[in-house]
Parts: sequence; structure tokens; C-alpha cells
Amino acid sequence: MLKTGKLITGKPNLEVFSKMLIELAGADRNILAVTSDSRGSAKLVSFGNEFPEQIVETGIAEQNLVGVSAGLASCGKTVFATSPACFLTARSLEQIKNDVAYSGFPVNIVGISAGVSYGALGSTHHSLHDIAALRAINNITIVVPADNFETRQAVMAAAASDKPFYLRFGKRPMPHLFDQGASFEIGRASVLTDGDDIAFIACGEAVAPAFEAAQLLHEKGIEARVISMHTVKPLDNEAVIKAALECRALITVEEHSLFGGLGEACAAVLMEEGVSVPFKRVGIPDEYTVTGSQEEIFRHYGISAAGLYDSALKLLKSKLKD
Amino acid sequence: MANYSDRELEKISAELRIDLLKYIKMANAGHTGGDLSCIDILNVLYNDVLNLSTENLNDPGRDRYIQSKGHAVEALYVVLAEKGFFPKEDLETIGRYGSNYVGHPTRKVKGIEFNTGALGHGLSISAGIALAGKLDKSDYRVYTLLGDGELAEGSNWEAAMFAAHNKLDNLVAIVDYNNLQITGSTSEVCNPCPIDEKFTAFGWGVTFVDGHNIPELRKKLKDIPITGGKPSVIIANTVKGKGVSFMENMVKWHHGVPDNEQYVKAVEELEYNLETVKNKANAENR
Repeated sequence: MLKTGKLITGKPNLEVFSKMLIELAGADRNILAVTSDSRGSAKLVSFGNEFPEQIVETGIAEQNLVGVSAGLASCGKTVFATSPACFLTARSLEQIKNDVAYSGFPVNIVGISAGVSYGALGSTHHSLHDIAALRAINNITIVVPADNFETRQAVMAAAASDKPFYLRFGKRPMPHLFDQGASFEIGRASVLTDGDDIAFIACGEAVAPAFEAAQLLHEKGIEARVISMHTVKPLDNEAVIKAALECRALITVEEHSLFGGLGEACAAVLMEEGVSVPFKRVGIPDEYTVTGSQEEIFRHYGISAAGLYDSALKLLKSKLKD
Repeated sequence: MANYSDRELEKISAELRIDLLKYIKMANAGHTGGDLSCIDILNVLYNDVLNLSTENLNDPGRDRYIQSKGHAVEALYVVLAEKGFFPKEDLETIGRYGSNYVGHPTRKVKGIEFNTGALGHGLSISAGIALAGKLDKSDYRVYTLLGDGELAEGSNWEAAMFAAHNKLDNLVAIVDYNNLQITGSTSEVCNPCPIDEKFTAFGWGVTFVDGHNIPELRKKLKDIPITGGKPSVIIANTVKGKGVSFMENMVKWHHGVPDNEQYVKAVEELEYNLETVKNKANAENR
């Protein structure tokens, strides 16, 4: 059933994360936040004030941030290594690979202000490679929550896990998409609305525009299935195959490069399963992005209600499945 | 821990060198030169300094050893085998298809704490472990072995700044200063010197040691922290290829493997050295 009506705006996922961390740290002194001069942008100032013994500051040194975090985790600490996603997953990629994932210590790598959250600060500050880079690294679960509810669930799952996690957060206030009692399981996609005309498989902050597009399509009598693929790795292959078999077309939506992200992951699943469906990937093409706010960049590349609505109509029209 | 005399440790070093060459020869691979330059340091660490054995491997209060210069893994393997972490025969599989004994340290091998080998990682990891010790008010120490060529990796200096800032006086970095790296002399490739002044400027306690002098290593590796409230760095003057005349200070032995003739000659020298140590011990015991 498609929810109708305007969505209620919640908090930035990042703020939900920092609140969660305060809750967790109060109950467990082994919970540590490690920051690289990033406590302000990570909304961890209150955390640091409340738990000065549980925040570790490395200064602007992301490689050291991850190495130190791995050392701490090897001693039983539950570590949230928090830094802008653009730096954390590029500059310290080798530390993530070797010290965390290969060595097998459960550091929670928290990429903040991910995707194009930094907007007009430009491509140095965008992380459009992070999912691609981390997908190719063994032993790290990649979670990109869509809203405040999924953020809470993801942080709890990461804190409780004995495996490395990558959590990817944006910074704009997110609409509430899921109800408090909704089900959430790492590695299992969440179906936000059901439909069998077209499916949107999206993750993170791209889920909300997909949902809005579904509302516009509904007014046209087209029923869209909106799936939040919060866990990009391990991917819920079944949900992808099911959507492709049950819907007439499939669109993936991500705040990431079209190379190596969610779209390619879904395409690979379908090819290997031998499922053919009219298919389109929406994301950031192979270019340094246009200047603008996150919203403007989204609109420019069609990661918007209107853009996805158009893409859906075009795909349904041009490649009707028999 | 067994209470070894200096001479007994010298004898163990001499035996370890023979083992080292044997397994490198069997694997037909290994970082021979660097293994031979750090083997005395590892011997003294594991047999005289570290509170670490097969019995306390899961004890959160154990001392830690992180080998940042992971390529010298064969030296670590023979020391761990000598300490009983696994049977020596396991080392016959180094580098073989499906073996747990990889060409760089991994946690598949009992006694190894971290998967290392990409350079410039060990000091940050060790600083994290040292910080955990401080947070938990545990009195263990963390020792890490760095190569001199490795000091060109900038991440070391991020970690050096962090360790001093956090007063991690339970952290000990040992620089295997053999002045050679794969391309040539370290001072010619990208000069890391003066290493001591750099660490001093970063807020570390600094000392030098003859990295092949057992009594001196025993003293310096235990006399920690060098300066209260500061992390310690021990710059070990070493000889790459130490113990085999034709390998000493020759860059081609960075990861050179002896051919059959060279192997026989190397073992002859190392066995002669072992006999010399034994004779000295006998003379002293008489």
C-alpha cells in the first residue's frame, strides 16, 4: 500500500547517530568515538562533553584514525571511527582493508556527510567512490540508512556486531519513511511501498525521492515498488530478483557514482540469475559534479521526484516487457 | 619465562639464523636480508622482554608485539616456532598453496596479532593498543618493529604525533636501522635521517642500541619508558644480512634466496658461528 500525503521531516541521520552513541556510551564504557577533528561535523560535541574519556581525537589524520581504531578494537573496544566519508574511505582505504577488514576487527567505519552532502564545497568533499571501493573489500558490511529509523537500527546492529561495518550518513534532515515498529534486518531489503508496475531500488538519501516519485506515479495509476536497500553488501539478491520478476521495469537510485555502486550490484545479480527486465541506473555519471547544493545536484542528475518520475515513464514506454 | 643468560640467547639467535635460511630455502622466497637484521631483536623480545607466551595469548593484560615491517615475517615465524606457538615443521609450508604461512604476517598464525605488510600501519595500530591499555589502566606494553625505509610512509608521523600527544609511554617503537631498502641505501633513496632528532621533535624518548648485541638489547628493550610520559623509540643499528658474510650490507639480499651453493656456504658460516658461541659457553662454564 502506498502511503500518501506529505512526509514528515525528521532529523539528519547524523544527529540520530550521535544521539544513539550517547545512549550506548552511557551504558557501556567500551563504546568509543574516534574523530579526526570531525566531532563538530559529526555532531559529536555533546558526546565528547558527556563522555570525555570515550572520545579519541587524532587530529586531521585519517590513516592514523583507522589504524588507532583497529588497535582499540583489538582490545575489545567498540569503536566508531567517524570522519567525512570522502577522506575516510579514500585516504585510509588501505587501513580499512588491512587493519580492519583483513585483520578482522569490528571497527565501525562511519562516513559522515557522504555522497554530495557537502554540495557546493565541490568534488574534493564528495564521496561517490566509497561504496564501490568498499564493496571490493572482503569482510565489511556496508549499510546506507534511508531515514532516522533505519539509522537507529543500523547503529544498534553495528554496535552489537563482531564484524567490521561501514555506515554512511548524510547531513540533511531526512523525512520519516518507516514506522517505528517496521522490521529491519541487516542484509534484508525493506520494502517501503509495494507495487508491480515498476520498482525503485534505492539506498540512503536517494530513497526519499524514489518514494516521492512513487507518489507521483500513483496519481497516474502506475504502482511503484520502493525498496530501501539499506545493506548494499551483502546485497539482498532475493529482493532484487523478486522485484525484477514481479515488476515491469526496474530503476536503481543512488547518491554515488554509477560505477561500482548499488546499480551495478543489482545488474550483476539479475544477469547471473538470467532475469531480463527493462533496467536503468540513476546516480552520478562519470564526471565531477555540477556546482550546487545537494538538492540541486540531485535534481541535475535526476535523483529527484520529478527526475525519477520521468525516468520511470520513459523506461516503461520504451522497453515494455511482454 | 625462562631466565636465559646472554650466552644462551646468543646461541638461540645463532640457531634461529640457521632455521631462517632453511625455511627460506625451502619456500624459495623470503626477505632474507631484513630477516637477518631483526632476528636478534625478535629473539630478545620473545625470550626476555615480552610478557607473552602460549599460555597468556588471550589475556587482555599480555604485552603485544606488532611487526610493522611485515615483510620480515620469516624471522617472526622461526621465533614463534621456537617459543612453541606451533610446530617448526609447519614452516615447511611457507608460501605453499593453501598454507596458513603467508609471506606477510596474518592472524591465521597463532601468536600473530595483526595482518601487516603494507608499510606504515604498525605504529598507528600499536598506538591504538597502547591507548586501550591506558584507558583500561592495564600495565602491558606494546612493541612494534619498523623498517628504516618504512619511515618514509607519512602515516608513521601521524601516529608519532598522536602517541606523544596522548603520552603513550607504554608504546615502544624499534627501528631496524640497517640503512638499506629495496632500491638501495636508505639515505640515498629518501633520507630518513636524522631519525633520532625527528622523533625527539615529535615528543618521543629516543635511544640507540646495537641491534645485534644481546646484552645491550636486553637492557634497552626493558628500560622503558626512556622518558616518563613519552613514547619510546629505540633506533637499532643493524646490518642487513647479518651473519652471512656475502649477504651483509648487500641490497640484492633484500629478498634474495640463496642458490644451492650459496646455501651450503651460508649454513657453514652460521654453523661455525653457532659452534663458536657454544665453545664460549663451555669455556665460561668450565
